[in-house]
Amino acid sequence: MLRFLKTSLTSFQDFLFLAGRAFANLFRSPHYYDDVFLQMDLIGVGSLPIVVPTGALSGAIIALQMSRALSTYGANSEVGPIVALTLVRELGPVLTALLVAGRNASGIASELGSMKVTEQIDAMRALGTDPVQKLVTPRLFATATMLPCLTVVADAIGWVAAYLIAVPLLHLVSSGYYWSSSWRALVPNDLAQGLIKPFLFGIIIALVGCYYGLRTTGGTQGVGRATTQAVVSASIWIFFVTFLIDKIFVNL
Amino acid sequence: MAEISNPIVDFKGVSLRFEDTWALQNVSFELNAGDTHIILGAAGSGKTTLLKAVIGLVKIDAGDIKLFGEDVRSLSEHDLYPLRSRTGVLFQEGGLFDSLSVGDNVEYPLLNQQNRDVRSGEALSSIEDQARETLRFVELENTFDKFPSEVSGGMRRRVGIARAIVTEPPLVLYDSPTAGLDPITANTIMALILKERDVRNTASLIVTHRYQDGELMSEFRYDPEHQELIRLHEGDGARHRTRFIVMKQGEIVFFGTREELASSSDEYVKRFVKHEE
Repeated sequence: MLRFLKTSLTSFQDFLFLAGRAFANLFRSPHYYDDVFLQMDLIGVGSLPIVVPTGALSGAIIALQMSRALSTYGANSEVGPIVALTLVRELGPVLTALLVAGRNASGIASELGSMKVTEQIDAMRALGTDPVQKLVTPRLFATATMLPCLTVVADAIGWVAAYLIAVPLLHLVSSGYYWSSSWRALVPNDLAQGLIKPFLFGIIIALVGCYYGLRTTGGTQGVGRATTQAVVSASIWIFFVTFLIDKIFVNL
Repeated sequence: MAEISNPIVDFKGVSLRFEDTWALQNVSFELNAGDTHIILGAAGSGKTTLLKAVIGLVKIDAGDIKLFGEDVRSLSEHDLYPLRSRTGVLFQEGGLFDSLSVGDNVEYPLLNQQNRDVRSGEALSSIEDQARETLRFVELENTFDKFPSEVSGGMRRRVGIARAIVTEPPLVLYDSPTAGLDPITANTIMALILKERDVRNTASLIVTHRYQDGELMSEFRYDPEHQELIRLHEGDGARHRTRFIVMKQGEIVFFGTREELASSSDEYVKRFVKHEE
């Protein structure tokens, strides 16, 4: 038990150390802009094919589920605000982050893990390049900036999909009322939550993926293990951070 | 920058322990410009760890390591990067970046130095020319646009050599350059290493399992005029520029010339004389 605690604390300390170095490198030369733009493309644009349909289906499912519940209380007109609040506050950021974690935390961990077991990381250090500066910082910056953008896209697509279910299909409310009521329901607090969460999730996904990738040992089996651990850890951290932010914003 | 008379690598009483095993035990030696040290020893005797310790890739527990006159032990990881960029390293499996083409791999150290302002303002076309020239040196110019996965193991090793020497570093570390290669390819690789040493007066640390590799480095020199290897005659002082180190459980148990190695009566040391892989 004591050994497990010691290992966990050491791992967490290593993680914090890696995070510190990755953030410090944002302000230290050399900057690998090519790698930053490449990662923004891979993580941002590359994730659109999974984020767009998931966002659309989330909005449609909320509208469908709410239509039944709201009609019980004769509150069909509230479908717009409920969809907007649910998507912007929780489902948009969390679902997008989980999808991106599944796709990119695993991708980052397996890529860096493979580089580690084939001595490419050591080669990089031997050639005078800081692997954290070259590999971690660009992924950190790219994920932290792209995930909020992806979340906004997912929220918007979900909002439109919910509209298609609620208005043309189920005739719950008028088109004008759907848009105006849902927009009015959002306050700055909701928008702040909706953007702060994916920003923090982006940091978590990139750092967790890089951390497990860079500590990979044990050949190809180790790469597989690192990939699984990265996705599991990132997902748990996403829920934990959601809880913390909700706790903070609910009290505001 | 160290004075020319100072050793390029200077180990004094270096020790490193991994849990209950000595990786390096009181290791001391010097390596000067143009000299070659051949490091022999059983698997797990600390040969690769010694190479990594030279450039601070592993942190030692005791002793002093000076590289180009600078104390490796006292430098932070970040401060070590400029020092490392003046050292060429060939990893056992080449350590090539598999997402980059062969040309990009060889250009990488040059671009890295440009990033560090060592070569500020150098044109990209000049960097490409230099990379192509180095690939020509290892007779692989036609692989410039290929990826490491598209070339053979021996070619990958040669690309690794090209990447290690493209910046013309004063020191090159070779980790098992001939491991797993057929004898003909292994001899080609060693001839390239010898050529690099003699053309540029490079200091070389070579970890190997093959006695023949050390024998070649000790007995031959490269003649740039006729572009061939020439056997050194008996008593040629150049023979003494190649020394052999034999390691056992992290300790140096032999240090000397090829003749001294060949005449050693130590049972462990004798295992590495004329030892076929």
